[in-house]
Amino acid sequence: MNTSSSTGGLSTVQNWKNRLPKDASIISVMIGMALLFELLGWIFVGQSFIFNYQRLLIMILQMAIIGIIAVGVTQIIIMAGIDLSSGSVLAFTGIVAASLAQTSDYARAVYPALTDMPLFVPIMAGILMGLVMGSINGGLIAYSGIPPFIATLGMLVAARGLARWYTSGSQVSFFIDDYAILGSGVMPVVIFLSVAIIFHLLLRYTRYGRYTYAIGSNEQAARVSGINIKAHKVLVYTLAGGLYGLAAVVETSRTLTAQSGAGMLYELDAIAAVVIGGTSLMGGKGRITGTIIGVCILGIITSGFTFLGIGSFYTNIVKGVIIVAAVVADQYRNKNSDSH
Amino acid sequence: MSIQDDIILRTDNLTKHYGGVHALEDACFTLRKGEHVAIVGDNGAGKSTFVRQITGVEQPTSGDIFFEGKRVEFNSPLEAREAGIESVFQDLALCNHLDVPSNLFLGREEILFNLGPFSILNEKKMMQKAHAVLEKTAIKIPNLNNQVGDMSGGQRQCVAISRSASFASKLIIMDEPTAALGVQETTQVENIIRGLKQQEVPLILISHNLRQVFNLVDKIWVFRRGRIVGEVNAADTDGNEIVSMITGVTRGVHDNASYI
Repeated sequence: MNTSSSTGGLSTVQNWKNRLPKDASIISVMIGMALLFELLGWIFVGQSFIFNYQRLLIMILQMAIIGIIAVGVTQIIIMAGIDLSSGSVLAFTGIVAASLAQTSDYARAVYPALTDMPLFVPIMAGILMGLVMGSINGGLIAYSGIPPFIATLGMLVAARGLARWYTSGSQVSFFIDDYAILGSGVMPVVIFLSVAIIFHLLLRYTRYGRYTYAIGSNEQAARVSGINIKAHKVLVYTLAGGLYGLAAVVETSRTLTAQSGAGMLYELDAIAAVVIGGTSLMGGKGRITGTIIGVCILGIITSGFTFLGIGSFYTNIVKGVIIVAAVVADQYRNKNSDSH
Repeated sequence: MSIQDDIILRTDNLTKHYGGVHALEDACFTLRKGEHVAIVGDNGAGKSTFVRQITGVEQPTSGDIFFEGKRVEFNSPLEAREAGIESVFQDLALCNHLDVPSNLFLGREEILFNLGPFSILNEKKMMQKAHAVLEKTAIKIPNLNNQVGDMSGGQRQCVAISRSASFASKLIIMDEPTAALGVQETTQVENIIRGLKQQEVPLILISHNLRQVFNLVDKIWVFRRGRIVGEVNAADTDGNEIVSMITGVTRGVHDNASYI
């Protein structure tokens, strides 16, 4: 195979590209975007965008929750699936967790007999409920053959309804003091990065990851290779649900209130972060490291627009354009690699 | 060893109807240990239908399949594979986004620590084994860490065949393994098949290329219109006779035909 040396200039570029870290291109997009906002900041606002500790902290904290969800969505999309239910599941699991975190000082608790519980009870309740919701998603997709888009669209509506039904629409607050720990300071970021590292290792070094990529790449091949496709799909969606539950606990702990309207459109932010991070919607390709950068890019855009005083509807328009652009870029890359 | 013990695969009156279409009628087929046979026939002669029945892709309408002396009913390709029948299909069952060792060991990974579904993979061992397996095939793949999707048709076909060959299976079935390959790549695949002959792994080869068939196999089974019309030793026949059997037209007609 010395075709690469005979093509001259092009191959030099290719070789040089191969030596860069795999996420180099999206890292450069991220840096470019930060510098753009920095420049615009000095021109229009008269201050630095990047070197403002307070703004950076707010931006990172906001994105940490989306990040935890995006880690779960990454592995689903690698498996050529999709999950639209994460925002609704976050709302429902958040309310369930919060209802078990209330203090007895508050007279109108959801479960008056279950107040002042130890901290691990609401945390576990949130994660467990997330696992249950995820397993319903996975079970529907694996065993009934419904496309993931439809199954999770159903969950998107149903989980939001469950959240409203659970407290008849009223919000849940007045938590035990300890509950604020998970959402305070840089804890959300620490949790996000821990989760990202764990799932990066799972995807890279274990049978779980290998099967996830294999199913996304060629489900038929994975099936005849003896992989239990159905069980693996249920497992992947279940773990993702667990992550939504964890994100819900962190979110309610940060805002100190749980309401059925929480997490609106989080699913789209999470999918956007994953796609911007280079994970292919066609399946078989993607990395958690890319998703972390995708989350950062999304955070920079949101925060940058606020910083420049541009309305939030413009932010959404730009986000939409960026998501579509990322998918187009991905399809273009796929086409090029098919032409081999 | 009696003649019966020698037979690895036998089908008795294997029949497959798709509604009113009789794709396969009363196929009686035998394959002995270490034997390499070819199945030839025109398009629609029932070759692929026959293979789909014995590899569990479809279930026969009637008739029996005996594998290693026992009657078997495969409900899925996986069951056939577990019994030791490996198939290399025309559309390669490879995961394009995975590298060579991952594809070779998919579904039977080497494990460092067993943690159920989260078992940690022994990538070093799989890479070593992959090198050993591919060395036998004489195929040159510069970097086994590359994605299979970025490789040439020949390299991919060799990975697919090596995968079947490396698991010491009891029977390998190849459906047109060189149909989409260039001259050099075809030679490499044929060398792998010769290697399997030396290792006495039985093989069923489906091919339109009669020259290849004569070069590689001991015995030729001819299918026509869903029936087996002949079973001849490759050494006792020539292209003319086989073509006559395939088409059903008397020999002599094809003497100067270009398809031989």
